[in-house]
Amino acid sequence: MSKNYYDAADLRKFGKITEWNEELGAKFFDYYGKVFEEGSLTAREKSLIALAVAHTEQCPYCIDAYTKDGLQKGITKEEMMEAVHVGAAIKSGATLVHGVQMMNIVNKLDS
Amino acid sequence: MATKSLKARNNDIANTERQLEILSNGIFANRELPTFATKIKETNQFPLRPKKLEILQINLGYMCNQVCDHCHVDAGPDRNEIMTIETMNHCLEVINKTGAQTLDLTGGAPEMNPNFRWFVEEASKRGIKDFIVRSNLTIIKANKKYHDLPDFFKKHGVHVVSSLPHYTKGKTDKQRGNGVFDKSIEALKSLNKVGYGMPNSDLRLDLVYNPSGAFLPGNQQALEQDFKKALKADFDINFHNLFAITNLPISRFLDYLIASENYDDYMTALVDAYNPVAVQNVMCTNTISVSWDGFLYDCDFNQMLNLKVASNVQHISDYHEELLQNRNIVINQHCFGCTAGAGSSCQGVVA
Repeated sequence: MSKNYYDAADLRKFGKITEWNEELGAKFFDYYGKVFEEGSLTAREKSLIALAVAHTEQCPYCIDAYTKDGLQKGITKEEMMEAVHVGAAIKSGATLVHGVQMMNIVNKLDS
Repeated sequence: MATKSLKARNNDIANTERQLEILSNGIFANRELPTFATKIKETNQFPLRPKKLEILQINLGYMCNQVCDHCHVDAGPDRNEIMTIETMNHCLEVINKTGAQTLDLTGGAPEMNPNFRWFVEEASKRGIKDFIVRSNLTIIKANKKYHDLPDFFKKHGVHVVSSLPHYTKGKTDKQRGNGVFDKSIEALKSLNKVGYGMPNSDLRLDLVYNPSGAFLPGNQQALEQDFKKALKADFDINFHNLFAITNLPISRFLDYLIASENYDDYMTALVDAYNPVAVQNVMCTNTISVSWDGFLYDCDFNQMLNLKVASNVQHISDYHEELLQNRNIVINQHCFGCTAGAGSSCQGVVA
């Protein structure tokens, strides 16, 4: 058993999840592959969305994968950082918008 | 950014035997990764054999006005290996009789060979179908004596293939040196001005993209679209096609991989992306590479590793196409660079 919860070498083994459930694993990877194909959005746009979400999910494997994917697609570091800020803005906005709930409760209870 | 070649710096990796040692040891020796020979045996493609010869690629010398970080030639202003007239004459004799349809001149900066223009004039008389000169672009703006190169290329119907790692200044200059991007843009404008790269123009201008670090190139077509859109919008520049080329783990790129501790991961990425379909069309199967001193190689990369063709004919002065075609191609672990993903060659993807 690894001493760390996360090991960079595990990313390469992602495909192995199929070994313990062929049907669901295969369906997942098939779906995953389709999602990232060129569609109404370009593969480049999807890669930037994935990078932002990878950060908000705080998934180190996904950050590794989609930073590399961005480099391969010729995405610049400035574009990547802007995408991360989009994710961060939604995260902080999502926190702050709950402030309204706090305000509602205070306004109701505190005369 | 270095201003001298590995050779001038007496760097260990300038020694080709040392490079081959690195490529055979480590993760390949301890069998964490399969060797290239093992991989191609899986699909019965070993030994790798040539198909019809299509491209004669001639390296006119390792001298260059640039010292790019990832140069597989280890080219630079301090390299004085330059093809002589005598060797050029041997090449012309071969061009007369070869079945190859494409002549591909490379370097270094081939234009820096003092007999470059004479050689192009002579070679162009020999009715080659596709006559390529690989130009680094900045050479056109490096000195007054090179300013008329676009007209010279046009006069001889040369197909210009030029490196441009990115359509942004930051990424290009980081890899190729400060000021390279601006000069390259100026050079592209000069080429466009005489008709190169314009829509429907017969004057072919293609760009070569290679990644600016330890990662593989993305989809060639998507990159081409991004380059076209950005270069048109930002600079009103036109070009025909973009060739995406994978960086091979040799020479300065190998040095970079090791120094940045990316070597194992990069080799793993290449092996993971191995595509047996790409093996069928890998460039060594249709190319002969000639070095500045007239020796023959399966490709430009083998030339830089000093891996000569496995044939009784090893020099341009003894050239015999039929004998040469009956050979096994020399392979090593660097070959994984040409078979990753959609594959890679001097003409871009192969699968």
